[in-house]
Amino acid sequence: MTDNSIRAPATKRASTSLIYDPKARSIFFQVLTLVILVALVWSIAHNVSVNLARSNTATGFGFLAGRSGFDIGQSLIAYTSDSTYGRAILVGFLNTMMVAVTGIITATIVGFIIGIGRLSKNWLIAKLCTVYVEVFRNIPPLLVIFFWYSGVLAILPQPRDAIQGPLSTFLSNRGLTFPATIWGEGAWILPVAILVGIVVAFVFRTWSVKRQMATGQQLPNGWISAAIIIGLPLLGFIAMGSPLTFDYPVEGRFNLSGGANIRPEFVALYLALSLYTAAFIAEIIRAGIKGVGKGQTEAAAALGVQPGKITRLVVVPQAFRIIIPPLTSQYLNLTKNSSLGVAIGFPELFSTGSTSLNQTGQAVEMITIMLTIYLSISIATSLFMNWFNAKMALVER
Amino acid sequence: MSTHKLSYVRNDMIAPEPPPVSASSASGWIRTNLLATPKDVVLTIVAIASLAFALPGIINWLFINASWVGADRSVCATVVQGGTQPDGWKGACWAFVGDRFQQFMFGRYPIEERWRVMLVGFMLIVLLVPLLIPKLPYKALNAVLLFLVYPVVSFFLMHGNVLGLQRVETPLWGGMMVTLILSFVGIAVSFPVGILLALGRRSNMRVLKTLCVVFIEVIRGVPLVMVLFMANVMLPLFLPTGWSIDNFLRAVIGVSLFASAYMAEVIRGGLQAIPKGQGEGADSLGLSYWQKTRLIVLPQAIKLVIPGIVNTFIGLFKDTSLVAIIGMFDLLNIIRLNFTDTTWITPMTPLTGLVFAGLIYWIFCFGMSRYSAFMERHLDTGHKR
Repeated sequence: MTDNSIRAPATKRASTSLIYDPKARSIFFQVLTLVILVALVWSIAHNVSVNLARSNTATGFGFLAGRSGFDIGQSLIAYTSDSTYGRAILVGFLNTMMVAVTGIITATIVGFIIGIGRLSKNWLIAKLCTVYVEVFRNIPPLLVIFFWYSGVLAILPQPRDAIQGPLSTFLSNRGLTFPATIWGEGAWILPVAILVGIVVAFVFRTWSVKRQMATGQQLPNGWISAAIIIGLPLLGFIAMGSPLTFDYPVEGRFNLSGGANIRPEFVALYLALSLYTAAFIAEIIRAGIKGVGKGQTEAAAALGVQPGKITRLVVVPQAFRIIIPPLTSQYLNLTKNSSLGVAIGFPELFSTGSTSLNQTGQAVEMITIMLTIYLSISIATSLFMNWFNAKMALVER
Repeated sequence: MSTHKLSYVRNDMIAPEPPPVSASSASGWIRTNLLATPKDVVLTIVAIASLAFALPGIINWLFINASWVGADRSVCATVVQGGTQPDGWKGACWAFVGDRFQQFMFGRYPIEERWRVMLVGFMLIVLLVPLLIPKLPYKALNAVLLFLVYPVVSFFLMHGNVLGLQRVETPLWGGMMVTLILSFVGIAVSFPVGILLALGRRSNMRVLKTLCVVFIEVIRGVPLVMVLFMANVMLPLFLPTGWSIDNFLRAVIGVSLFASAYMAEVIRGGLQAIPKGQGEGADSLGLSYWQKTRLIVLPQAIKLVIPGIVNTFIGLFKDTSLVAIIGMFDLLNIIRLNFTDTTWITPMTPLTGLVFAGLIYWIFCFGMSRYSAFMERHLDTGHKR
């Protein structure tokens, strides 16, 4: 009886008000969200179609095959103003990747040096590296780009008074001019030899590690691998009769002729992004190395491992685990920041894309294309990173 | 104890030895911190040499050779360039910064109305400083005033058109003022929206979760320039025909959306670090979802990620400079605008202007990061593992 009297109000309450049932509430809120979302998307789609119809804008991706009609200052592939919009976007994409790859390499090297420097026991070096990091972390990347572009590169001399560096390189306000390489017949051997060298070095290394495991004898793996990778192409190159000539730039009356030229826009963007991102990478490296417990180093020392090997075999592999995730997000940041090239007229993806948009007026299509490309880069990187992270993760037993 | 004397035990104390040289004297300090190993000796020499090479030039440029006063370009140009400086002169053109300082701060805001902007700035300081000092009371009231009342009041004060104030359209706004407005609104919007997005991403409701994940990942996957551009190009298309949206508002929306997505990820990190027992404990006490979130989970989560939050704010402050790309004149862009102004066009103008802009950005960002370090220490209750 008492049992019933207790249970009765409870069942009554549950049946009367669905409001207090978490499941019902959850479904209600989700349906509500969906309804609002659908209504919003529908009204936006409606407005867009009305607005586009009113301004007589064509729709569809057909415009990509049309003649672009604008010039691009720097391109990795053949491009003229007669080329299509599609090609213009491709040129922009390749330029973005070029800045990203060169920038990432430089930023990693500089960042690594600065990060290690901050940990140095040498007071002066540590302080200098700290100053570097604190300066670059606290100013906008766009300002660094302008600093190189309008502050430094723009006040370099005219091409006729260009500063001459070693190996026939010239630095002027038109950028960096250097000897162009002209590959002769048989130059195909170089990439082939490099590939073969890498494969051979890899096989050698596997064999050498196996041998060390079996016999305890060590070989200088690094040196031998390097010799194979560099030596093979070099031998091939000489065997084919050195099929390489240079086109040297010549100082003319007003301008430099010949040679290859890197435009100041690229130099400014590349330097700015590398130096800016290096400050962040330095902090990541420092945190990673500090994150490896002191006991690890001490235990390795107690086992009699040499100091150099402690760093290489004990500290760095463990630091890597901490370093890799934030490092990737910095790489992505650098790639995304390359879109700032538009401010100084470097023709990267955003720059060529927005020019195409302004000329055709097809905003929805152009933005879809640019969004897709940027998102693909991000997603590809993060997928790779997830795989890499899983591979590197600590195996706990 | 022992009464008899042992001849081999001393009776008097030995005088204390002086501390080792390496710990006390200047030369000892130099030996341990600069010249400890041969490698350090080389590094120190290289560092001193490069400092000796670079510093005199920089100091000369910044201070000694710099031209401090003047009304036009002649004080910063060499004779060949049509100025008064000797040939080969290189120095900062602070006269340019001094002459255009008002413009750098207010943009093209009408001169006789600038007191309104200064009043808004003054109010910001009056409301912000007490909020930042932990000891002072009335934090809740202060926050409400700063984040709810203040924006409304300052908008009407700056935009005008009420109480007999002259109307000042947003295209006239510019300089430091725009940078600060964008950062303030971005911070004030991104913090609550970021919290909601982070909670949504961890919610059990599938629809809500998917929505938040898609929003966060799309915004984080594209550059800010792209978000601003989208806000600039797409927002007018999204609105019904005949509606228009202010350029300034578009930038504010773009910056806020961008910062919210990053903030959401930072706060999610904090939420993930709170042990499950905290939420379950709150549940068992019968707290509702919002009570649990507001009183138990969020205070701990946010405390954990203060450095990340402040880093997002710093990033936001720096990123406001990108509105230049959609044609707005924030601090950096208005300085750049002057590079082509015939009154001040000299080879030294751009570098001077950019160094000045860099200094201002640096002071703000460095200040923020120092404050966050202070707050972290202040809130540290020693529970950290």
